[in-house]
Formats: sequence, structure tokens, C-alpha cells
Amino acid sequence: MICLRDALVATPDGMVQGDVLVGPERIERLGGGRAETDLELGGAWVGPGLVDLHAHLRQPGFEWKEDIASGSRAGAAGGYTALVAMPNTDPAVDAGHRARFVADLARQVGLLEVTAAGAITLGRHGQELSHLDELWSAGVRLFTDDGDTVADAGLLRHAMEYLAERGGVVAEHAEDAGLARGGHLHEGSASSRLGIRGIPALAEEVVIARDLALVKLTGVRYHVQHVSTAGSVGLVVEARCQGHQVTSEVTPHHLTFDHTHTKDLDPAFKMYPPLRPPADVEALKKALAEGLIDAVATDHAPHAAYECEVPFEEAPRGVIGLETAAAAVNSALDLDPVTFFTRMSVAPAAIAGMGNQGRWIEEGAPSNLMAFDPEAVWVPQRFLSKSENSPFRGVKLRGQVRATIFSGRMTYLAGA
Amino acid sequence: MKHLLSIDDLDRSGIEELLDLADHFTEVLGRDIPKVPALRGATVATLFFEASTRTRLSFEKAAKALSADVLNFSPATSSLSKGESLKDTVLTVQAMGTDLMVVRHAAAGAAHRVASWVDCGVVNGGDGAHQHPTQALLDALTLRRHFGKLDGLAVAIVGDIRNSRVARSTLAAFVALGATVTLVAPPTLLPVDMSGWPVNSTTDFDEVLEGLDVVYMLRIQLERGSGPVLPSLPEYVDRFGLSRHRFARLPREAVVMHPGPMNRGIEIDPEVADCNRSLITAQVSAGVATRMAVLFRLLAGKRQP
Repeated sequence: MICLRDALVATPDGMVQGDVLVGPERIERLGGGRAETDLELGGAWVGPGLVDLHAHLRQPGFEWKEDIASGSRAGAAGGYTALVAMPNTDPAVDAGHRARFVADLARQVGLLEVTAAGAITLGRHGQELSHLDELWSAGVRLFTDDGDTVADAGLLRHAMEYLAERGGVVAEHAEDAGLARGGHLHEGSASSRLGIRGIPALAEEVVIARDLALVKLTGVRYHVQHVSTAGSVGLVVEARCQGHQVTSEVTPHHLTFDHTHTKDLDPAFKMYPPLRPPADVEALKKALAEGLIDAVATDHAPHAAYECEVPFEEAPRGVIGLETAAAAVNSALDLDPVTFFTRMSVAPAAIAGMGNQGRWIEEGAPSNLMAFDPEAVWVPQRFLSKSENSPFRGVKLRGQVRATIFSGRMTYLAGA
Repeated sequence: MKHLLSIDDLDRSGIEELLDLADHFTEVLGRDIPKVPALRGATVATLFFEASTRTRLSFEKAAKALSADVLNFSPATSSLSKGESLKDTVLTVQAMGTDLMVVRHAAAGAAHRVASWVDCGVVNGGDGAHQHPTQALLDALTLRRHFGKLDGLAVAIVGDIRNSRVARSTLAAFVALGATVTLVAPPTLLPVDMSGWPVNSTTDFDEVLEGLDVVYMLRIQLERGSGPVLPSLPEYVDRFGLSRHRFARLPREAVVMHPGPMNRGIEIDPEVADCNRSLITAQVSAGVATRMAVLFRLLAGKRQP
């Protein structure tokens, strides 16, 4: 038993001041009681453990960047109790046993729940469908060729038709390969000045527009990964208004930085989609606050330090994010706690179909929760991830994870 | 000043100071023994990860004229071909006792990255399509020698602006010294977003010809991808080449420049390139004195015997 004392608790009826008694499987009750561990929270928020729709745990195949154990530690430190692992491993997660391998390994580590996303195409090569049937049987609910768009609309249509019947989610890394070709930055004033080829906002928007036409045809649940432009948000909102089951996620870095932050060509700011102009950042923040964007997802993408010690154009794409996401979102948006936990936990758990996650705190709810002090100020310097490619290193953030509890076990305790 | 990474590191007086110094070194280079002991004992390394004739040779000549020692590096015959990283390579060169590195690299920002890793000075000898500050200085020196000053000069920079580090740096130097610059290129070779650039741009070369003092032709960089965006090279030559016909329409005092290497018969007619109003070889000569000025400015006082 763990007793969380003097917290602001995210219950189904809103925020309630008080204590929470956490049992090994279920929350015993809202209110104090005898416990082996007491944690005095001084008014910090307690809510459902965070759920990340988009983490690259790099195992199997890229263990020098991250593995499921180190990624789990980083996730726990960030307040996460569940992650969806992206399938762009080596080999790619395109068959049932590969999805089970990831989930089983995470279960052995035991720090949080990991479900693998499945590749839409075999090997993520975009040529033929992956073993969607096996993946579904292995518990996969979210399908994506993340890192690449499924370029072949005919192939994507078949995946959508199959998954629409099953009830799975097709998630897209939306980036037209032709429009993005050779690009490393948002196509705009910064890329033009630096002489680096740009990736236009349209590279994302044309893919989403195409996909939404297929969604209308097939009726599949569709999720836009790491949405980065105001135009993309508009497309998603329009489809939702027409009654389609369309959701989207945004990363903490796209809510915090804009393309002018790339002026020093530090590879810690190289991400795909690229950082966009300030007007897009403002639009994303507004959309997340209003719920037009459903969820925050980290796109945690570890790369070893030596891989990043190269010129910007040669650097690998992506940045880590699990350990800074909650603080970064709190710093960028100042959300009220109910909205914060909705976007960081409840909504992503619903999209990922994780029944034991994203549950408001009440008696009998699963013992997956986290405590967050929204006022604590800190500066990230070191990380539990194997990699340190973070744009937030050295950036003052407001809000700090105090503790994470997964299946009734304390998986992270600040300062411990 | 420790590094010279971008022409934007210099304001008008900073540029003029270097040009004055270059004028002094031009006089040195004209002596019977064109050499001074100013940098004796200093070591300059030229690290060219991308091909070069002019820039590399003129840096080497400049360093030697100042009595510095020169270390040469070429990727094909180095451990780079065994997979050694850029960072390890520059740290190795530094460990041998290098006071200044001249770095050329195909990736934008490479010299900035190198400067963040080493303790010695770094000169950007060209990074991707980003910057080539010593080219900008030598171009400004060439024009200042010819016209006396740049104030009020009308310059057109013509060709593959989008992929040109020369355009990005040279236009900044010209504008800083008072010239007005017009960029001329087909829409696929103009930068996508030039908001805030202190220049005009047009896709019609003929419309600007008659008001120009300087025509600065750029090379069509087939290796940097300007090929695929042009439907036809003959059409490009027809619309954007400096032909004899176009040359004849320029004002009588107007001059022609080109950073080299030239594609004769493509962006520039061979006769125009070699005519007496071409400053192209003057640019090359100015390169040595300019680079002497940069090396002297960055190193003098640090390694005085």
C-alpha cells in the first residue's frame, strides 16, 4: 500500500483535495489509511499515469540508442505508466511474435505497460501488407509505418478496409516523400537563409488530405501522428465535424519551439516533422487546449551522442522526450489539471485501447497513477534514457514529476 | 575575433577593416620576395571535405606568404575513408598543434559545429549552400579596387541562388558596403522565402540588364541538385546565360564576375568570360590577399615569437 497525502486528485468528478490510498492492483479509496509508504505531496496533482502514443524504444535492433528497459526507466521518470512502442525496429514489428516480444520484454522489466504498434506494410517497405491478422491477435490496436508515410494509396486503402472491420486504428506519419525530398528543416525563411532544403507544411497536409478521403471511403479509425501545422489541424477538425473517427497527437517540442530555434543548426533541434513557424506553434497550442488535438505524444526518438556529433544535415532525425514531456506541456500551455490529464493520459489511453490506463482516480480504478507538482521549476541536464538528444536540456521548465506508480508499485520517486 | 564562420559576423566597418588589410597584403604580394614573417610558428590546417581548387590553394598560398606552416587534409586519402567521424578527424588535427582550421564541407553548419568542438580558430571555407565568407570578402575587395567603392553600385547575381553559398554571403557583403543587389533566377532556383532579405528578385534577366554596374554570374551546380529542377539546360542558357548579346546591352562601364569554377557556354559565354571587362581572374588574385588578411586578423598576436 502507498498513501499519497495532501494531493489535488483528478477524480471522475473533477479535482478533489485529499489523500489517495493505493493498493497493489486497485486504488483502495480516496482518503487516507495505513500504508507501508507515505508520500506527502503538499498540494501536487495526482492523476492517472501518463500514456504515450508514440515512443521509439529501439529494441530490437538499435539497442545502443535505447532498449525497453532504459526506455521504461525514462518513461517512469516522466510520469508514464504506458507507452505505445513504434514498430520501426530491426526487424520491424510486422508479425505477431514481434509484437509479443516487445510487450513480453516490457512485462519482465515491469516499470510500465508497453504495447507495440504494428507496421502496416511488411518490413515497413510500403510494398505489401504486414501480418495484420497476427498483429491483431497479439493485441496490437494501433498500426503505423511511422518514420514513413504509406505512399501507396491502394495499399493503405486495403489496410484501412481490413482494420475498419476489426476496429483498429490506422496512424499515419504524414509526409509526402516527394515534397519532403532532401529536406531537413521547415521550408521557410530559416531554411532559405541557411541554404538547407526545406520540408513544406504541404508535405504533411497533402498526405492527411489523401488519407481522410480514404477514411471517408473505409470508415476506419484514423490517427494523425505528431501533427505540426495549422493546416493539418484544420483538415482533422473538418473530418471530425463530418462524423469521422479521426484523432491526432502533438509533441511537446512542437508546442515549445519554432523553426527559428534551428538557426544555430544544433542537431538537438532536428525533428520530423520539422519545427514550424511561430503561427503554427500557437495554432497547435490552441488546438490542444481546446481538444481539437486529442493527445500529447512524445515521439521519444533516442540517438546516441556520437551519432549527433555531425553537421545538422547529416544528423539523425528525432529527439528524446519521455522525461520532459509533462513539464514541457505544463510550461508551454498552463493547462488546468483536468485538461492536462485528459490530453496526457485519458485520451491517449482511449486511442490506444489500453483499458487499464487513463482512468480517473477513484476507488477500484487500476493502480496506475502519477503525482505532478505544476509549480516546481527545474532544468533538465541528465537523462535516464540511454540517449541525451534533447532540445530541453538546459531549458528552464515548470512542473516536475514527483512520483509514478505502476500496478501499485512506485516506479519513480523524485529525489530518490 | 576568434572564428570567421559567416559574413554576418561582420558589420560594414569589420568588412572594411579586412579589405584595408587585404590592400596592404596586395602590396606585399607585389614585392620581389612576396612573403612576410607575420605568422611564423603558426600552423594552419586546410580541411576540405568537399572539392576545391581556388579556395584551398589560395588559403595555402596566403598562409605561406605569412610564413605559417600548412597542414593539408584531403578526405579521399585520409582515415575519413576508414569511417573516422568529422569530430574525431578535427580533434586529431587539433592535437597535432593547429592554430587555425579552414573547413569546407558539403553540409550547412559544418564549420559552426567544428568551431564548437575545437579550441583553435575556425574559418568557414564553404558549408553547403549556407556561407562562404572569404568569397564574399574577396568579391567585395575586387569591386572596391575596380570602382573605388561599392556605394550605389547596382549588382545582379544571376543563376542558382537557391543552392549557392556564394550568393548568400556575397550579397550580404555587397549590401553592407552600400550596393543594391537584384537576384535573377528561374523560380525553381530562387530561395523559397526571402522575407527580410535586403534584395530585389526577378525571373527576367533582360529587364534588369540596362541598369547594371555589375553582373555576377553563378555556376549551375549540377552536383548540388540544380539539374533536376530545370526542364532543359538549353532553355536555361537561353533565358539566364550571359550571352554576347546580353553583354552588349550592359552599360559600357559594367563588369562581369563569377566565383568559379565556370561552366563555359552554359551560364557564361566563353568570350565574355575572357573579355577585358571580366573581373574573374582579378577575383582569384584578390583571394590570396583577402585570405592573408583573414588569417592575420585571426592569428596575429596569438603566436607572436
